[in-house]
Amino acid sequence: MVGISAGIYLIYFQALPLWQSGGNDLVPAIIYTFILAPIISLGMSIFGYYAMQGEYSTKNGEKL
Amino acid sequence: MSEKKQNLGYIIGASSVGTLIEWYDFYIFGSLATVLASKFFPTDNPTAGFLNTLATFAAGFVVRPFGALFFGRLGDLIGRKYTFMVTLMLMGGATFAIGLIPSYESIGALAPILVLILRLLQGLALGGEYGGAATYVAEHSPVHQRGYWTSWIQTTATVGLFVSLGVIMITRTMMSKESFDDWGWRLPFLVSIIMVFVSFLIRRNMSESPLFAKAKAEGKISANPLKESFGNRLNFKFVLLALFGATMGQGVVWYTGQFYAQSFLLKTCNLDDVQANSIMMWALLMGTPFFIIFGALSDKIGRKGIMLAGMFLAVLLYRPIFEKIYQTANVANKIEVNTTDKTNVQVDLIANSIADSLVTTTTVHDYEDGTIMSEVMKTTNLADKSVASAKPEVKKTITLNSKDKWTLVLLVFCLILFVTMAYGPIAAFLVEMFPTKIRYSSMSLPYHIGNGVFGGLMPAIATFLATQAYEINAKAQSMGEPIAIDKPYLQGLYYPIIIAGISFIIGLIYINGKDRNIHD
Repeated sequence: MVGISAGIYLIYFQALPLWQSGGNDLVPAIIYTFILAPIISLGMSIFGYYAMQGEYSTKNGEKL
Repeated sequence: MSEKKQNLGYIIGASSVGTLIEWYDFYIFGSLATVLASKFFPTDNPTAGFLNTLATFAAGFVVRPFGALFFGRLGDLIGRKYTFMVTLMLMGGATFAIGLIPSYESIGALAPILVLILRLLQGLALGGEYGGAATYVAEHSPVHQRGYWTSWIQTTATVGLFVSLGVIMITRTMMSKESFDDWGWRLPFLVSIIMVFVSFLIRRNMSESPLFAKAKAEGKISANPLKESFGNRLNFKFVLLALFGATMGQGVVWYTGQFYAQSFLLKTCNLDDVQANSIMMWALLMGTPFFIIFGALSDKIGRKGIMLAGMFLAVLLYRPIFEKIYQTANVANKIEVNTTDKTNVQVDLIANSIADSLVTTTTVHDYEDGTIMSEVMKTTNLADKSVASAKPEVKKTITLNSKDKWTLVLLVFCLILFVTMAYGPIAAFLVEMFPTKIRYSSMSLPYHIGNGVFGGLMPAIATFLATQAYEINAKAQSMGEPIAIDKPYLQGLYYPIIIAGISFIIGLIYINGKDRNIHD
C-alpha cells in the first residue's frame, strides 16, 4: 500500500506538475519519475508482499 | 595458505586508507559545487547552474548501484582484493581528469558533458569499492569485534569529506579568491592521483580475504553471484529488508548531517565559505570517533538498536536543530552598529555598446556581537531605456562571531552524532546478512541504493523543495497575499524526515537485533 501510494504521489502530485512547467524543473521531474518512483513503488510493493506472506518471520513468530 | 598472515591493524589501515581516498575523490566534487557551477555551466543563471551541478553530483550517486552490481559480481567471482584495486585506480583516474577539463567558456557544452561522464565513472568506482572494503575487513575480523573493526571503514566516508574540506581550505588560503576561482580549484582534483598511487602500493601487498580464499579453494564460490543474490527469493528478501529497513534511512541521515548541513550554512545562511568549512571540519573532527564507539557498542548490545536510535533522533530533532542554525546565523536577530558603503563602477560591453554598465556596490554591515555581513549588489544599467534591465543580483556573505560559530559547530556535531549512530554499525550489519559466496554483490546493492540514491539525491531534492517554497512565498507576496509557507528554509527537511521515518518503522518491525555468524 505504501509502495503504490508513494508511486502515485511521486508521479501524479510531484513529477507531473514539474514536467508541465519545464525549464529548471525538469531535473527534479526526471529524478522523481525515473529514479525515486520506480525504486520506492516497486521495491516497497515487493517488500510489502513478502512481509504479508510472512517471509520475514519464522514458524514460532520470531523475526529473521 | 601460501600468503603470509597479515596483522589485523595493517589490514584495516590499508583497506581504510584506500576507501578514504575514494571518498575524498567523490566528495571533492560536492565540496566545490559552488565553484564548479560557474566553471562548467552557463553563468547567465547561477541558480540553474548550481542545480545542474547538484544534478551532476547526484548522477554519480545514482550510478553507484550499477558499480555495486558490476564490481560486486567481480568481487564474488575473482576476489575482494583485486576488485577493489581496480575501483581505486578508476576513481583516481576520473578525479584527476576532472581537474584537467577546460571550462564552459573555453569548450562550451563539451565541458559539462565530460564532467558528467567522469562523474559517472567516479560513481561506478565507488559502487564497487565500499562493499569490497567492508567485506574484506569483516572477513578478517574476530566474530565478537566485527562491529568495532568494520567501524574503521565507516569512518572513511566522513574522514574523506573532512580531508576534502581541509584540502580545499588550505588551497583557498594559499592564494587569492580570484586565483582559486580561476585555476586553484583544480588542485584538489589533481593531488588525488598522488594519494591513489600511494594507496595502490599499500594495497598491492595485501592478501586475499581468508573466507573468500577458503571458499575458492573448496570450490564453493558462486558461478553466477547476481542471479543468486537477486534471483533467489530467499536472498532477495534480505536485500529489500537491508534497503528499506536500514540503508535508506541511514543514507538520508548521512547526507543531511554531513552534506546538506554544509549546503545549508553556505546557501541558506549565507555564511562565508571558509567559516562554513571550518564549522563542518570541527564538527566532523568531534563526531568521527563516535563511529568507532557505536561500532564497538554494537558488538555488545546489537546493531539494530543503535542504528534505529540514530534515525529516530534525526526524525525528531532535524527541524529544531536546523531552525536553531538558521536563527543563529540570521543577522535580523542582531543589532547593527556600523555600515560602510563602497561603490565600484565596472563598465562592460553589453550588446556592443560602451554606454551600458555594470555597477557593483559593496556594503559592509557590522553588528554589535562582532558579526560582519558583506553585501555585494550588481546592477546592470542599459543605455537603451526601452530594454528592461535585469533584476539586481545580490550576494550576502556573513562572518559570524566566535560564540555563534561554536554554537553552530555544536549543532552540526549533533547532526553528525546521528550519522555515527545510524552508520557506525551498518557494515557489520550488512555483512552478517549474506553468505560469503554472494556477500560482495548482495550487500553492495542495498547499500548503494540506500546511500547513493536516497542519500545522494538528498541535497538536490532538499534544495529544490526549499527553492520551491521560496518561489511560492514570493508569488503570494507579489499578489499581496500572506506568505503561504512558514519557514521555507526548513522545507527541504521533509524529504529526510519522511524517508528516515519509514525506514525506522520497517527496521523496528522486521529487523532482528541478533548478530549472525558469517563463517558459513
